[in-house]
Amino acid sequence: MYLNLANLPIGQKCSVKALSATGMMRRRLLDLGFVPGATVLAVRKAFLGDPTAYLIRGAVIALRKEEASFIQIQ
Amino acid sequence: MGLSYQSTIVASLKRGQLKRLQTPWVVALAGNPNTGKSTLFNSLTGLHQHTGNWPGKTVLRAEGHYKYQGEHYSLVDLPGTYSLFASSVEEQVARDFIYSGSYHAVVIVVDATCLERNLNLVLQVLEITPKVIVCVNLLDEAARKGIEIDLKLFNKELGVPVVGTNARAGTGLEKLRENIRGVAQGKINCKPRQIIYDREVEAAIEALLPKIAGDDFMSINPRWLALRLLEGEEVVCHEIKGEMANDTKTSKLALLGG
Repeated sequence: MYLNLANLPIGQKCSVKALSATGMMRRRLLDLGFVPGATVLAVRKAFLGDPTAYLIRGAVIALRKEEASFIQIQ
Repeated sequence: MGLSYQSTIVASLKRGQLKRLQTPWVVALAGNPNTGKSTLFNSLTGLHQHTGNWPGKTVLRAEGHYKYQGEHYSLVDLPGTYSLFASSVEEQVARDFIYSGSYHAVVIVVDATCLERNLNLVLQVLEITPKVIVCVNLLDEAARKGIEIDLKLFNKELGVPVVGTNARAGTGLEKLRENIRGVAQGKINCKPRQIIYDREVEAAIEALLPKIAGDDFMSINPRWLALRLLEGEEVVCHEIKGEMANDTKTSKLALLGG
């Protein structure tokens, strides 16, 4: 519905479908807990709209728009 | 003391595990950020600690000592990391130390309130070394949140000792010391759960293993090395290539080319 995580409105939950990143970026996102099936909640946005804080597996992680756009959601 | 900084991974790998280490027993403390590693460190060592600066690194790392049953233990508090595939300098420090094998045991501190997130690192470390004790910390906070952890089952699933602690109050520390002693001195036999990958990956590992195993330069876990080669892990591959260029006996450059 939202295609990628960067489009997820604040306060909304979604589930990770796939990652379109490769290499180190993919590895990093996986290490942070963005694996297929994981539930993510968009917590809040920074003052200028970027980065956004996400709650995933019990920790709040901030991602830039560019990074969040690698995460496909449903 | 075996704690000197290793600037390259392969140099660390090459050195082999534990060959030069004398007593005291060296124990590394690893774990995700904010799991209470340093609190645990302080509880174990009391006030006998100082912070040490790694040559060439700006990152601080603490080192302390304690005595258990008449023997000295040297405890290394590594910076928190989510993964051994490092992206920040702090994470590199932790990674290089784990890769180096210059310890007798690794304690991985995990946060009982979000265990799942911590398992990534646990499994990564278990792929490198079996000499691991998992310390489930913050049990008090977990209890407050209504989370109960089945330590026995956890232990059975992982195949290495699992100890529950509450570092702030100091509970579970005695059991932790006992298990560190057991693992470091080889009295506890760790049989870590091995991760089985997809059939294609496993077949590739099978094909690589005979070429890696038995090579003294790769005295560290050949399966782990095969995985990194398959993954094309930049740092490891780069250093292995450099290492092989120096070594005329080896004909394995072809292996990396393929």
